[in-house]
Amino acid sequence: MSAYCGQYHDELIANATYIGTPGKGILAADESTGTIGKRLASINVENVEENRRALRELLFCTPGALQYLSGAILFEETLYQKTANGKPFVEVLKEGGVLPGIKVDKGTIELAGTNGETTTQGHDDLGKRCKKYYEAGARFAKWRAVLKIGPNEPSQLSINANADGLARYAIICQENGLVPIVEPEILVDGPHDIKKCADVTERVLAACYKALNDHHVLLEGTLLKPNMVTPGSESAKVAPEVVAEHTVRALQRTVPPAVPAIVFLSGGQSEEEATLNLNAMNKLKGKKPWSLSFSFGRALQQSTLKAWAGKEGNIDKARTAFLARCKANSEATLGTYKGDAAGGEGVSESLHVKDYKY
Amino acid sequence: MASAALLKSSFLPKRSEWHTTRKSSTPQPTVIAFSVRAGAYSDELVKTAKSIASPGRGILAMDESNATCGKRLATIGLENTEANRQAYRTLLVSAPGLGQYISGAILFEETLYQSTTDGKKMVDVLTQQNIMPGIKVDKGLVPLTGSNDESWCQGLDGLASRCAAYYQQGARFAKWRTVVSIPNGPSALAVKEAAWGLARYAAIAQDNGLVPIVEPEILLDGDHGIERTFEVAQKVWAEVFFYLAENNVMFEGILLKPSMVTPGAECPEKATPKQVAEYTLKLLHRRIPPAVPGIMFLSGGQSEVEATFNLNAMNQGPNPWHVSFSYARALQNTCLKTWGGRPENVKAAQDALLFRAKANSLAQLGKYTGEGESAEATKGMFVKGYTY
Repeated sequence: MSAYCGQYHDELIANATYIGTPGKGILAADESTGTIGKRLASINVENVEENRRALRELLFCTPGALQYLSGAILFEETLYQKTANGKPFVEVLKEGGVLPGIKVDKGTIELAGTNGETTTQGHDDLGKRCKKYYEAGARFAKWRAVLKIGPNEPSQLSINANADGLARYAIICQENGLVPIVEPEILVDGPHDIKKCADVTERVLAACYKALNDHHVLLEGTLLKPNMVTPGSESAKVAPEVVAEHTVRALQRTVPPAVPAIVFLSGGQSEEEATLNLNAMNKLKGKKPWSLSFSFGRALQQSTLKAWAGKEGNIDKARTAFLARCKANSEATLGTYKGDAAGGEGVSESLHVKDYKY
Repeated sequence: MASAALLKSSFLPKRSEWHTTRKSSTPQPTVIAFSVRAGAYSDELVKTAKSIASPGRGILAMDESNATCGKRLATIGLENTEANRQAYRTLLVSAPGLGQYISGAILFEETLYQSTTDGKKMVDVLTQQNIMPGIKVDKGLVPLTGSNDESWCQGLDGLASRCAAYYQQGARFAKWRTVVSIPNGPSALAVKEAAWGLARYAAIAQDNGLVPIVEPEILLDGDHGIERTFEVAQKVWAEVFFYLAENNVMFEGILLKPSMVTPGAECPEKATPKQVAEYTLKLLHRRIPPAVPGIMFLSGGQSEVEATFNLNAMNQGPNPWHVSFSYARALQNTCLKTWGGRPENVKAAQDALLFRAKANSLAQLGKYTGEGESAEATKGMFVKGYTY
């Protein structure tokens, strides 16, 4: 068998293609309980289920926001939650034309003998879990592998282990009807320049696609969620056009056209930065046979969170902020963003946390 | 792409230390990071590749070794002498207006250093026709030990200095043909060797100013169906691109010369041009990064007309790379037969070549209709167990 051709073949291709619809992107709302706790703590909100539910309801029920989204990644808890009126979130999303997705990895663990590099766990019984999630309404999955740039990093071991882990996860998802988002995040931490990031990104992506091909993954039924190619966090910033040029070139060198869409992670960029970079990529002339879109967590939610601050009276204000970011990023996928959402509160605040752990 | 070489010292940490942060009590290994794809010829390679991959144009493969050229000349009753080879190649490169349809011509070493029968350098005639001269640099196939009776391609020894010399002589692109045989497996070893050899050659060629044409020919021999060819092709191209990347080859400065995805020559089920196009395009979409500027198909024994129809079917929609031809037999067959070795037939033979070149040019643009084709042109040219 050259690539997956089982019962979900056509559906996987249709869903992956839909997610890459120009003008739409993904809301990454799959923060684990621990991570969402950190977010809530930053606005002095208690980390209890009701508050987590309320935050997600705030986002998903923002009038007019869902038209800018093609997918929303959820954490397991959220997949089974409902609005205050008792409507399952999965239904809210589906009615809004947004495919529900599910985070299926079980976090990272250190690779012995390396300098703090990691691989991602979660393969055990993954097939069973995917099946269950499909029944609950999920149509795509996400698995985050993490690599870092250092004097001796990423090591060949970390590249191989993470690429292979992603490929195993991907084929298991496809066998159970979920479009796998392949996410090899190369952390922005470090003093390296943009060329170094480009070199590492190209090497990592080449290894990922080799592994995906060896594991017979149907590329037309996958999505890629890479980091943008940028200078390290301790290095001087560059213009969005420079980020765009290096990023698109790296993708041209590694991502086969069969992949329908590339949905970038924001990785600590401020909301506005992430949008401007995505916009520049879509304005760039050159060969781009895949859609270039977003799968943002912090870069879609940060100012919304601040505006909400956990208070019911702030919901409208928070929703206004969320809608503005969704619209801005939608325009960025078309290369038509004019920068008019830059005035929002906190949108230019860097979201980088050194050595960030989910 | 950076290649960080890791030189780990041979100490082994004690078990208890594995859970603590490693302290650098031992000196940190040196890191060698190459900023590659930025060699002296980078810009020129990109320009050359783009020029060869220009719309409506493709490659004339005329790099038959002396032995192979002898076989061709024998079919029209000519002796395999240098004079005859010179006369034939003169006919080809001097066809008036050939550069409208042909962007590059692959030569054998003898031809690169030859002059035409009227004393002009072959490379100069080509350059004046706006055709880039290319050069075959491999040293042929030999048996691959430990494989299932398969071959591998030689030619890496001294390749760098040969490429440099060819560049001096006027060549601007190179070609290396290795083969993969489906009836023989192919074995994992044969596929790996083919891919690795191509990658090494490509890196060396680029280092010396020549755009490498990457050609892993999956032979037509066999009775397998199109699905099996598709499966093998996907594996071969995954390996090829992986090793090209490992060797830090710059994809914007290479060209590919794949075989189309078709059933084996002895397969009872034939495929239509539409089917060939569908499978071949799917293969390309799954394996070829958009950075590659051009994909120049080999004809591998298809008839002239078949090769043109199949190319045409692949160009019915936009592609992220230039999809074109690099044909030898499928461009030269009728021309050779028309010439028959007689000077009075030269014009007619050149007309036949131009006719074929134009047909394939139209196919590259997706506009070929098949009008005006002769019976000779539809004759299959598959030779079982064909060796160059």
